[in-house]
Amino acid sequence: MTLTESPQSTAHARALVLAGVLDARGAPELAKRVRKRLPPKKSKLVLDLSAVTAIDSAGTATLVDVWRLGHARGFAVELAGVQPDVLKSLQEFRVTVTVPPPAALPGFFESLGATAWGAVNAVGGFLVLAADTTVGAVQSLFTPGRMRWAAYFRESSVMGSQALGIVGLITFLIGLTLAFQSAYQLRQFGAAIYVASLTAISMVREMGPLITAILVAGRSGSSITSEVATMKVGEEIDAMQVMGIPFVDYVAVPKMLAMVTMMPLLTIIADLLGILGGWIVGMVYLDIAPKPYLQKTIDALVTKDLVTGLFKSFVFAWGIALIGLYHGIGVRGGAQEVGKATTASVVSAIFFIIVADSIFSIIFYVVMA
Amino acid sequence: MTTAKTKPESDVVVEVRGLTVRYGSNTVLKHVDMTVHQGEIRVILGGSGSGKTTLFKGILGLTDVAAGHVAILGQKTQNLPEKQRDRLMQRIGVLFQNGALFGSLTVGENVALPLREHRRLPEGAIAELVRMKLAQVDLGHAENLYPSELSGGMRKRAGLARALALDPEILFCDEPSAGLDPLTSADLDRLILTLRDRLKMTVVIVTHELASIKAVADSLLMIGGGKVIAEGPMAKVRAQGIAAVDEFFARKARTVARQDTSVAELFGLKPAKGGA
Repeated sequence: MTLTESPQSTAHARALVLAGVLDARGAPELAKRVRKRLPPKKSKLVLDLSAVTAIDSAGTATLVDVWRLGHARGFAVELAGVQPDVLKSLQEFRVTVTVPPPAALPGFFESLGATAWGAVNAVGGFLVLAADTTVGAVQSLFTPGRMRWAAYFRESSVMGSQALGIVGLITFLIGLTLAFQSAYQLRQFGAAIYVASLTAISMVREMGPLITAILVAGRSGSSITSEVATMKVGEEIDAMQVMGIPFVDYVAVPKMLAMVTMMPLLTIIADLLGILGGWIVGMVYLDIAPKPYLQKTIDALVTKDLVTGLFKSFVFAWGIALIGLYHGIGVRGGAQEVGKATTASVVSAIFFIIVADSIFSIIFYVVMA
Repeated sequence: MTTAKTKPESDVVVEVRGLTVRYGSNTVLKHVDMTVHQGEIRVILGGSGSGKTTLFKGILGLTDVAAGHVAILGQKTQNLPEKQRDRLMQRIGVLFQNGALFGSLTVGENVALPLREHRRLPEGAIAELVRMKLAQVDLGHAENLYPSELSGGMRKRAGLARALALDPEILFCDEPSAGLDPLTSADLDRLILTLRDRLKMTVVIVTHELASIKAVADSLLMIGGGKVIAEGPMAKVRAQGIAAVDEFFARKARTVARQDTSVAELFGLKPAKGGA
């Protein structure tokens, strides 16, 4: 595209002659040229398009941009010599003359209030779901006829037995590492045998429940969310509602019960494999005979350690299931929201596990010590 | 049309009065009224974003309602005790946009689910009923397939079979022909007509598909910008000469009255000779 000043330009009516194809490559030149030397108020800007053979949407938009500039600065813009093909394009593209002003941004207090109200609603929604699901789960234990046992067993198999491999491997390695690291220190004092006590206590009290919970949150918490969110997006939950099939009984309760029954079992396995890891380090690296090591392990553990560990894992399971359900059911919109909800679910579940674990440590070993 | 001569009030099966729905500060439905009579095929139509799906969800109680009420088969649905609501919901069937089949169940199990949940039938009778319903929608061969193994049209038909499982008095369909090829869509329309004619079912359809509207609709409710633009028997609405209705039937559905001008008009150019 070429752009030249017309010889007929006067102070009152400036004319620009355009030639060639007015498209995305030529258009910026036009806008720049007009802006560089703005026509005065009440003057006229004539764009001579008689030599313009074609115009695309970018070119049209530029013409509109110049028109708006004129509208704002008080000069008129006219087109001259528009060719039939160009005119067709100009008729095809449509613009809204009065652009609505952007909505006013909410003020500080308004957005603070909105955030607080949103948080109150979210907590409310969570509590309702928590109450419904927990009550439903307890009820179904006393009225076994209501319980969807097939769903429960399917969920248990996925959350429990299929998680054994990964939970077992990770906690075994944790026990191994724990024993190695503590052996390095304890050996200096000739107290290598205490590796057994240290590994046993830290596995049963902390590492077993905690690592299992984190793994289960990443594995099953996320799958609860993605499954429920997919159901929500596919209108399956709406369908259940109009079919009179309660979501809580059909979906939430079996998942919750499977989670709270499988997690303590997984934790027991995790404890045992962690201790096994420590035992192997004791035998191979520290040359402690197998029997004294095991004896020391049993001596170190008290019932309270096991009970508190399992209680914790039960509470973690309850929280992971609820958080998973809550994030899943709260999804709005399309499929891309499912991924976001799943991520949010795992992050908040792990956050919950760690905060709850700290609180339990204080309660069990400070308050109840 | 089929029921034009009967008593005025008693044959009303769906009644919507002053329904208002808000999402945040955005009012999606404004005081919508609708009356559907027994045995008619009512089409709710409108462009995208017009509020027709929200109206659909509002009628079924799937969205929070700011004002107004809905009565189905003479019962107001809001604040209905759970038991009564369940019983009422068993008298209606709903076909959702993509079928909304449960992914963990086969097609047959999906259709059997409402039967198992709400009817005490021997297993043999359930199996027989499931096969009957699937045959009705031409899906006899797909009983043991999972929803993920079906095409979009098959999923929709399976959803219809499930919606029909309890022999509902009213069938609600959300965009039954969306995403279907014209032939499959026409099949579905024919099926809906059969249901009305043979089983005296009332059908409420949300759609923007012109071909399907022309094929099945007895009466229309046109909605735009969250408000009712026109309601009544098909012929009467068409005869009223409402601009939005005419535009819609001229395949130019727009959700809001246009406020834009062409760039040519902006510059005061006359249209080309013989042009629009």
